[in-house]
Amino acid sequence: MTLLRIPHVATVLVCLAIVTIGATVLAEAGLVSTSFVKTLGKTLCLCLVAVAMDLVWGYTGILSLGHMAFFGIGGYSIGMWLMRARTEGIVATQLERAALPPTPAEIDQAAALQIFGVVGSDEFPWMWAFSDVLFVQLLAVVAVPGLLALVFGWLAFRSRVTGVYLSILTQAGTLALSLWLFQNDSGLRGNNGLSGLQNIPGAEGVPQSTVSLWFLWASAVALGLTYVLAAWVVTDRFGSVLRAIRDDETRVRFLGYNVEAYKLAVFTGTAMLAGIAGALYYPQAGIINPAEIAPIASIYLAVWVAIGGRGRLYGAILGAAAVSLLSSWFTGGGAPDIDLGIYTVLWTDWWLVLLGFGFVAVTLFAPEGIGGLFDRIARPKRVGDLGPDAGALRQEEARGEKV
Amino acid sequence: MLRILLLLVVFFATPLVAQTYGPLQTALQAQPELVERASRRSVGEVLDRLAETGAPNLQAFLEAWTDRRVVLLEAEGTFFIGARDGDTYQLTDIDTGQTSVAPRDAVKELRPNAGVRRVIGTALIEFQLSDPRREARIAALTALERNGSAALLEPLRTSMTDEADAEVAAMKSALERRLTARFDPDPSARITAIQALSDSITIEDRATLSRILASSLVVAQSAPPESDNVARVLTPIDDLPLAQAHALLVDAGLTEAPITREDRDTALIAAIENDTVAGIPVTSLDNEDARWAAYGALTNTAPALEGWGAIPMSDFEGIVIYERYAEPNAEITQAAEIASAAVETRLALHQTADLGLDALSLASIYFLAAVGLAVTFGVMGVINMAHGEFIMIGAYTGYVVQTIIPDYTVSLIVALPLAFVVAGAAGVALERLVIRHLMHRPLETLLATFGISIALQQIAKNIFGTQARPLTSPDWLAGSWVISDAISISWIRVAIFLLALVFLTAIVLVLKRTRLGLEVRAVTQNPGMAASMGIDPGRIGMLTFGLGSGIAGVAGVAIGLYAQVTSEMGAGYIVQSFMTVVVGGVGSVIGTLAGAGLIGGMQKGIEFLNPSNTLAAQTYMILFVIAFIQFRPRGIVPQKGRFAK
Repeated sequence: MTLLRIPHVATVLVCLAIVTIGATVLAEAGLVSTSFVKTLGKTLCLCLVAVAMDLVWGYTGILSLGHMAFFGIGGYSIGMWLMRARTEGIVATQLERAALPPTPAEIDQAAALQIFGVVGSDEFPWMWAFSDVLFVQLLAVVAVPGLLALVFGWLAFRSRVTGVYLSILTQAGTLALSLWLFQNDSGLRGNNGLSGLQNIPGAEGVPQSTVSLWFLWASAVALGLTYVLAAWVVTDRFGSVLRAIRDDETRVRFLGYNVEAYKLAVFTGTAMLAGIAGALYYPQAGIINPAEIAPIASIYLAVWVAIGGRGRLYGAILGAAAVSLLSSWFTGGGAPDIDLGIYTVLWTDWWLVLLGFGFVAVTLFAPEGIGGLFDRIARPKRVGDLGPDAGALRQEEARGEKV
Repeated sequence: MLRILLLLVVFFATPLVAQTYGPLQTALQAQPELVERASRRSVGEVLDRLAETGAPNLQAFLEAWTDRRVVLLEAEGTFFIGARDGDTYQLTDIDTGQTSVAPRDAVKELRPNAGVRRVIGTALIEFQLSDPRREARIAALTALERNGSAALLEPLRTSMTDEADAEVAAMKSALERRLTARFDPDPSARITAIQALSDSITIEDRATLSRILASSLVVAQSAPPESDNVARVLTPIDDLPLAQAHALLVDAGLTEAPITREDRDTALIAAIENDTVAGIPVTSLDNEDARWAAYGALTNTAPALEGWGAIPMSDFEGIVIYERYAEPNAEITQAAEIASAAVETRLALHQTADLGLDALSLASIYFLAAVGLAVTFGVMGVINMAHGEFIMIGAYTGYVVQTIIPDYTVSLIVALPLAFVVAGAAGVALERLVIRHLMHRPLETLLATFGISIALQQIAKNIFGTQARPLTSPDWLAGSWVISDAISISWIRVAIFLLALVFLTAIVLVLKRTRLGLEVRAVTQNPGMAASMGIDPGRIGMLTFGLGSGIAGVAGVAIGLYAQVTSEMGAGYIVQSFMTVVVGGVGSVIGTLAGAGLIGGMQKGIEFLNPSNTLAAQTYMILFVIAFIQFRPRGIVPQKGRFAK
């Protein structure tokens, strides 16, 4: 309960409750559209993965450019079950009209043809072996990202790959994964990805407006729990070690801590959180394809956290929510175009330019991000300074000595 | 009216002019019905008679005949070469070449069928092989390559004796060797020719060998007959899928095809009566066992030993499945097998050499793209995510220059230095405005330059649009340098290789031999100490950044020449460039070279092993790099110096 006394934890939880309950009330009253509820739910999932990113980058100093890949894997894991269960339902209905009642093998085969016909296959690949068992796929949502992160992190941390090297390596790994998924024979429908994920098997009669609220609540609960968990982790002794690793990894090692184990624990744990976030996100998005896993997505994640203010959990939420909502506002045509007389600035074309330069500006002029502004207003005293990252002058970031 | 009158005059005047026949017409008139209704058997007689005349126009006539241009002037019964022109025919005398005109309905076109035309074509090839026109001889050789036969071997050999053109003579002797190998009546001559073929890897020679070795799958009871030239005996399952082997048996009438599930289901559906099949309710047929049981009850049959629908292994008892050569002579097929194996080895060697060249050219591209990154990373310790966009800027500079200067050679000469300057200036601006202010914050530099990268990409997209822009290479760079049938490399790639070589030399010279190079190396090793020696690290940083970005711009022009220029082209190379730098070792030009060689070689090697899938090749390569870092975390050429980590 002491956790709830931390101002930002209480604030975030209250805000989360207000947003969720408010959206539910408004949606039930028909004042906001289903797509808005879905956008809200998706944003909460992005905030969740941003919190994970903040733990690994803002608190531990590992700039991972691969956490959106774990997010995507979570989405794929649950997507496999959603797509298969739904397709088998449809196929079984179709086959009921056949002269002979369908055998399980026939249903399987027809479903496989339905799903994989588009990549020229008519059978389920090996990785779909348990895709009809919901429990296994739910386990995969955390297990597959966790396992990948564990293996990758163990290899990388063991050989003391740090700083930009590690970032580049995670980016390369992410690129490898997305290129592999782009192949038609990857077993996950290549370029086509998985689709129709918004239809929940077993809830065919429930309208999307209700399903979207379920997912909004699920996302809000997941975010709230993660936030409390993350706040607990960073206030605890464990968190102190993490921040110490961020600030001077070598010194922590000399003090007798097993730095690699701490880093590995954070890297793996946040990968699992990202998997959960993805599993909640993609049923709301309805479709997942390899482009979602491309390295650029993970870089955007880092951008959100940086803009929000890394080293502050609420900063991650602020950054993710603000940038992703702004982004969909601008690219969705919500922003008014500016007519300059000789040239009309179409925001759908120029939003990325604005984001890119805006991001540079934030890095240059406000390294503490939006969260830094809050810190100036309300400085936490009693719970102690969590040591928000001032964003600079740390030795393990700086490869050379200060000139 | 006047025209018709004129036509009539011509029509009636013609017979008067052609009263005496020329030699060809005489030969044709001996049996005109054989010409008019030529058949594949009878046309030989006509051809023999025509050949006896030795008339100079014979070849032209035969060509016209195969092209269906020979017509019969019906009233006269004489043959002409005719071309239809509206309602009239333009007639050319086959002997004299005199032209005349006849109305359409007075003329009948001869329409030799395909078989006849093939016979005429064979006869024609004999003439064409010694045609005075070079291209006609080459065309005849091409035709002969396609439809070679024993009959044409002799004419080919005859035509070789007085062949003046060395190139055509070489083609003829190569073709003669191939035809000898396939058609010579003397087996020992064939074997000699086949042995000679083992020295060559041309596609025609390889095709000849594989034609000699053509075989088919045959089924025999107990043993293959003595007369058969057996290539090898096949065991079902081991050498041949069981289903395919069984299908051969079924085709040979030795056994019956097993009942498939589809057959079973069709039979069951046909037998449904009152929702039951053979007394079993249809609703219970929702699994395989129930359906087979119902089928057994319906047809009153029992399953084979292996179960329902399986292929009974007993069918294969006492049966031999083997491959039989179409060629009956075992000595010849044996010689061809040996020659074929030798050719395969030689071909593999050539392909390896070709792969090496491919890898070399890919490596030079990676080197050009990555060397700037390596130098700036070494000097300033920052990763520039916008490096790929400098490649793009260079490529678009080349494109813009090309739209202004239409001459491709001149525009290329202008574009290369201009791309260096433009991209270099952009690099200097980036260093001055952004990177300098993020000194010692490499992770933030990485993200800030990423911001620049997405902004630059989007700006390029807004200016030049999303479609790819071509960067056309001058004519002298078109085509390929063909070294052998399996080894070739496009001239553009050769040029890129030379360009990489020039830049490698230049950079090494600058770094090792100039004051600037000395200072750059000093800052790379120890910026603090360098500064206290009076070197301005800021200035060095700016200069190296400009240099690195400029080289990226030049790389952009080079890449644009063989790939297309898009706003996303830089992003495609950035990860490869990082891999090159990381594998090679930060800050080392030689390391970058080694890294580029390794990455390029790896990628081509993986593509060769798995040619259908270049995406997978990249995946495997990245995984390899990740593994490589485990063993050499600081690259092939690690950085030295006190502050190297």
